[in-house]
Amino acid sequence: MTKVKNLEELVKLRNKLKDKIQVRTITEGSDLIARVRVAMGTCGIASGAKETFEALIAEAERLNMKVLITTTGCMGACYAEPTVEVTLPNQDPIVFGEVDRKRAVEIINEYIIKGKLIDGVVPQNHQSI
Amino acid sequence: MIHTHILVCGGTGCRASQAKEVQEELVSLIRDKHLSQTVQVTTTGCFGFCEKGPIVKIIPDQTFYTQVTPEDARDIIEEHIIKGRKVERLLYEDPKTKKRISDSVHMNFYKKQLRIALRNCGIVDPENIDEYIARDGYQALGRVLSIYSPDEVIDIIKKSGLRGRGGAGFPTGKKWEITSQVEATQKYVVCNADEGDPGAFMDRSILEGDPHAVIEAMAICGYCIGANKGLIYIRAEYPLAIGRLLVAIEQARKYGLLGRGILGNDFEFDIELKYGAGAFVCGEETALINSMEGRRGEPVIKPPFPAEKGYFDCPTNVNNVETFANICPIVLKGAEWFSSIGTEKSKGTKVFALAGKINNVGLIEVPMGTTLREVIFDIGGGIKGGKKFKSVQTGGPSGGCLTESSLDMPIDYETLLEEGSMMGSGGMIVMDEDDCMVAISKFYLEFTLDESCGKCAPCRIGNKRLWEILNKMTKGEATEKDLEKLIDLSHTIKDTSLCGLGQTSPNPILSTFKNFKHEYLGHVRDKQCEAGQCKDLLHYTIDAKMCVGCTACLRNCPVGAISGEKKKPHLIHQDICIKCGICYEKCKFNAILHQS
Ligand SMILES: Cc1cc2nc3c(=O)[nH]c(=O)nc-3n(C[C@H](O)[C@H](O)[C@H](O)COP(=O)(O)O)c2cc1C
Ligand code: SF4
Ligand code: SF4
Ligand code: SF4
Ligand code: FES
Repeated sequence: MTKVKNLEELVKLRNKLKDKIQVRTITEGSDLIARVRVAMGTCGIASGAKETFEALIAEAERLNMKVLITTTGCMGACYAEPTVEVTLPNQDPIVFGEVDRKRAVEIINEYIIKGKLIDGVVPQNHQSI
Repeated sequence: MIHTHILVCGGTGCRASQAKEVQEELVSLIRDKHLSQTVQVTTTGCFGFCEKGPIVKIIPDQTFYTQVTPEDARDIIEEHIIKGRKVERLLYEDPKTKKRISDSVHMNFYKKQLRIALRNCGIVDPENIDEYIARDGYQALGRVLSIYSPDEVIDIIKKSGLRGRGGAGFPTGKKWEITSQVEATQKYVVCNADEGDPGAFMDRSILEGDPHAVIEAMAICGYCIGANKGLIYIRAEYPLAIGRLLVAIEQARKYGLLGRGILGNDFEFDIELKYGAGAFVCGEETALINSMEGRRGEPVIKPPFPAEKGYFDCPTNVNNVETFANICPIVLKGAEWFSSIGTEKSKGTKVFALAGKINNVGLIEVPMGTTLREVIFDIGGGIKGGKKFKSVQTGGPSGGCLTESSLDMPIDYETLLEEGSMMGSGGMIVMDEDDCMVAISKFYLEFTLDESCGKCAPCRIGNKRLWEILNKMTKGEATEKDLEKLIDLSHTIKDTSLCGLGQTSPNPILSTFKNFKHEYLGHVRDKQCEAGQCKDLLHYTIDAKMCVGCTACLRNCPVGAISGEKKKPHLIHQDICIKCGICYEKCKFNAILHQS
């Protein structure tokens, strides 16, 4: 550890450390821009859901976005795994199928940021609770 | 890249129930499953849910696991972390609906809380200064030193309306101002971490969970009043808090956040710990200073106040741990932000330790002005076992018992006083229909008797007399004259004791007498204890109609007080019975009655 010389350095240090811990305080509160759930049932993991999960997190972190990304059990769309459910504030959740790394980045940049639907939406016939 | 954090509580409560073993197990499983790149285990401070510990929280989905054993670690990793399936059986069960709650966001326990003093508890690793800095740690000190003059900071604290959380509620900004205006070459900042109230553990939890919050605030105080030395008076029986403080102080020194030339400014400040032996009276500031100087921990008459003549006669600013924990957010977010929370005269939040006959025993922080009903029934989850609420004790041995009629009052310094209790340090003990108020008064008085330093007569002798009268009452030997004497003497002790301990020690009696007069009269006139707690007032009898003559009671009575033939009703001989209650427990036919 070296000494922090002044306020400017302290601010820099804080900014460097902040991202690491920010996720701990993101809740479903007001300033969240989206909730993302990656289905990680056996089928999901087998089709690469973990890579998808990591890609989503990396992209959200790169853009410094307040997105809550969690895993969940099988959502019942095994034929389309890996599946990712995205809920924007005050909107119904939308499930995207066959989300690989590339599509994960697309989901964040197109749907979450710009609100544009991309291909591969899995039809939903149940309510998410 | 870390995407999942597993937070394991490292507070005293959870440590006592194997939290450390749980953590080690989690870490080793993560290593075995090659998850170290993405999953991180962190020790944090208390989540306030100690009774259901050890607590493990999973981030980012906020899953809140309770009573986790080392054996449960495997399921958490294999089911939850790897497969994304929550471990149902470890989720918190709502006491009312009996439903498992999926995460802390949906727990009523947290919904009404606002965490300012506890902002980092359960979130950061208290032994890692980087995590504190990541959460804006030392920004307040940095800003104060480079932007504000001491008077400007004092003005912010004054405007915020912050009042002392150690009991009396003295305006903190005002205290700093007074100390800053006394001319002296040496001054001190003292943090009072004596925390002697039975049942209170908020200060311990703050120091264990977020020690830097207090260290940073003390440095700010030092800058304001012109002191370069801080002392934390902490009881030796808080080893975990002491350990964490020592680590934190060392880390702050290494970063140059304590010591000389802090953050490139011409300001020096350092902190030392002073250990107390755990006497309640040493929490009183003048006794505390005596104790720190190596003398007997006895209070002295004020004035002079410590602000003028404190530690080794130097001007000394004494504040409570929780008071300090509020300082940095006020500096960073402004006085208006803080004063927008709370009631007209009590700003901000208060931490309470919920205990007694309540479902969610734990540590909570709510805005001032929250009602007792919200705290007990929403956050606390109501009374244990579906029993009826009777009373809530606030303010510890100096406070009083409030009843149903006070439940909708907003909690703040003034209201609690008007209702006949006080804020105190924040202990809150809930009582149900089975609690006897005379016995409760006796309990608090026993505590006072133990803790009185004996320096002045009203407290030393008077409290003993009070205790004797209460004791007679619980035995059914007191007269109405005794009751009169009890109340009279209580007022005398209040008026003539030297320090706060004696001045407040009769409060539990006076407030229960006011609110539960019929119970006192019952003990005195009718020799009855409504709650069935005072053993000497109980009688065990056998209901001849219910008794089948199974002889179980007869065989188990330790003193041979029961007679009767097989298959015929039995009889208890009152002159022999010692009221042990064994027969009552043994009878399978509900034939034994205990009544007063
Ligand atoms: C008998 C007695 C015990 C006390 N115990 C404590 C204590 O444990 N912790 C504490 O902070 N203040 C305690 N106080 C209050 C202190 O004297 C003092 O008012 C307080 O530390 C000031 O800090 P504050 O203004 O931040 O509340 C006690 C007072 C009395 C009379
Ligand atoms: S009131 Fe009690 S504790 Fe206080 S100085 Fe007198 S004897 Fe000691
Ligand atoms: S145990 Fe109960 S039923 Fe049996 S003899 Fe005693 S009182 Fe009667
Ligand atoms: S209360 Fe105890 S002593 Fe009295 S009769 Fe029952 S068992 Fe015997
Ligand atoms: S010590 Fe773990 S929740 Fe309080």
